[in-house]
Amino acid sequence: MENQTFILTKKLSTITFVMIAIGLLTLGASYFAGVGLDRIAANLLLNTYYFLAIGLIGLFIVAVHTIAESGWHTSIQRIGEAMSTFIPVAGLLLFLLFVSGGLHLIYDWTHKDHLDEILLKKVAYLNEPFFYIRFLVYFIIWISLAYFIRKNSKQLDQIGDLKYFRKLRIFSAIFVVTLALTSVTSAWDWLMSIDAHWFSTLYGWYVFSSMLASGTAVLIIILFMLKQMGYMDHVNHEHIHDLGKYLFGFSIFWAYLWFSQYMLIWYANIPEETIYFYERHKHFSTIFYVNLILNFLVPFLGLMTRNSKRGSLILLPVALIVFIGHWLDLYQLIMPGAVGGEKAGIGLPEIGITIGYAGLFLFVVFRSLTKAPLVPKNHPFFKESFEYHTQY
Amino acid sequence: MYLNLQEKKQKLPDMNKYITAYYMDEEDLMKGLRQMKAKGLKVSDVLTPFPVHGIDKVLEIPRSRLTRVGFIAGAVGAAVAFGFQAWVFTIDYPLNFGGKPFFSVPSFIPVTFELTVLFAAFAMVIALLITNKLSPGTKPLIHDERCTDDRFLVLVKVDDDSSDESISQIKLTLAEAGAEGILLKA
Repeated sequence: MENQTFILTKKLSTITFVMIAIGLLTLGASYFAGVGLDRIAANLLLNTYYFLAIGLIGLFIVAVHTIAESGWHTSIQRIGEAMSTFIPVAGLLLFLLFVSGGLHLIYDWTHKDHLDEILLKKVAYLNEPFFYIRFLVYFIIWISLAYFIRKNSKQLDQIGDLKYFRKLRIFSAIFVVTLALTSVTSAWDWLMSIDAHWFSTLYGWYVFSSMLASGTAVLIIILFMLKQMGYMDHVNHEHIHDLGKYLFGFSIFWAYLWFSQYMLIWYANIPEETIYFYERHKHFSTIFYVNLILNFLVPFLGLMTRNSKRGSLILLPVALIVFIGHWLDLYQLIMPGAVGGEKAGIGLPEIGITIGYAGLFLFVVFRSLTKAPLVPKNHPFFKESFEYHTQY
Repeated sequence: MYLNLQEKKQKLPDMNKYITAYYMDEEDLMKGLRQMKAKGLKVSDVLTPFPVHGIDKVLEIPRSRLTRVGFIAGAVGAAVAFGFQAWVFTIDYPLNFGGKPFFSVPSFIPVTFELTVLFAAFAMVIALLITNKLSPGTKPLIHDERCTDDRFLVLVKVDDDSSDESISQIKLTLAEAGAEGILLKA
């Protein structure tokens, strides 16, 4: 049982700093090169939301397995906890983006003088003060629960009293319930209100299923990164197999919700609803189809056999593809409304800023991984986690 | 203890002579099986009241091929459903539904999905019944009445022409591995 504590080497932190520098440089360059401010703001929203969602899912996976008292998950618990430490960072970035004028660039409903009949009916929900109140409520809930879960998990490891495990379970239960509500309403607030005239009752869960798939994919990627660096030797094929099953299942779940939303709108053929897909199909038709291939067909066919889920050979590439795929999914949720088909595109600003965010995310995750032993020795399910076997 | 074994003789030619022994505990069973394996005794089968983790590895049971049946049947189901709908709605009986084109893929997806699941599920159940020689009306072959209750039964197949010496050797190995109630059944 060597390598119990993760050490953030100089080389690794330099790489993340270079990635952040690339992000900042492209941000500055695209500002001065005259890339539209709305496109820059939409990019910042896209990436902040994407990595925030990944952080939330990291915590969600920890919370769900704590309530379910599942044994196998104990071995990878630290990764999920580390991912959750990005939530406050994302909250700060999102707040800065909205306050610095991004709110008016992205959301049409904030232009109070130009509201039409439909938007006037929605003013009770879509107004700036209430928007910021909800923003605060979400982040107070998420950050405090992430803090308490991590704190109790650390204390459980240091002191080893079962009292902390019981506390952990209570906080986890609260988090799962509140995330079920806040993930839906925050998706309305930050994503669906971009196309404020349009609405879909399935939208919140659709976004949540996308979050689940991308969060699981990132968890798998970080796990393989750590294994590559010589950590997490205690995680064997059985644990990886379960993560692979998650990625497989959540991808199918996402496709199911995608199709449920699409087919109802396609079949009913009501103009104010079909405008949403019309816009995406007209200007973003490549992404529209690539999205389905990357996020459904690749994980569905790639991870179908048992062996593909048990090693890095297929699982890691599929996880990377799903990670890119759900970025594209979020792209086609945000860009058509926020930027418009004529001005939007995937070019240097998109790629550079995403690299910057990925660097920041990795830096935050790696830094918090150093703060607790990778192997939670005193966890009540620690031994069970090693004995774990999975049949199919 | 063992019912209708004379009748079963014709139906299960590969199991006409065997030794049974049982354990009362899962842990003892696994320990005993590993001991038998180390001594080179080939255990034909183990009957347990509940699934025992890791027993497939010790018994060297190959992975089930049922998943392949499921995949092939599912693919057939998808092809049949999609092809049939495409044929009906374009060639055989084209109807105009809400101004949609005759060949409109989204409306075919739900049925395709359902038939994929249906074909895969039925094929797997039927394949399972066939490979296990199960069908309605099959008389159960009961090796030990308590192996569905609290006993872990070990079966060792014995050749018809094997000598008494080798049989007693097997019995000894079983006894050394901690098994109880060792019986030769023919």
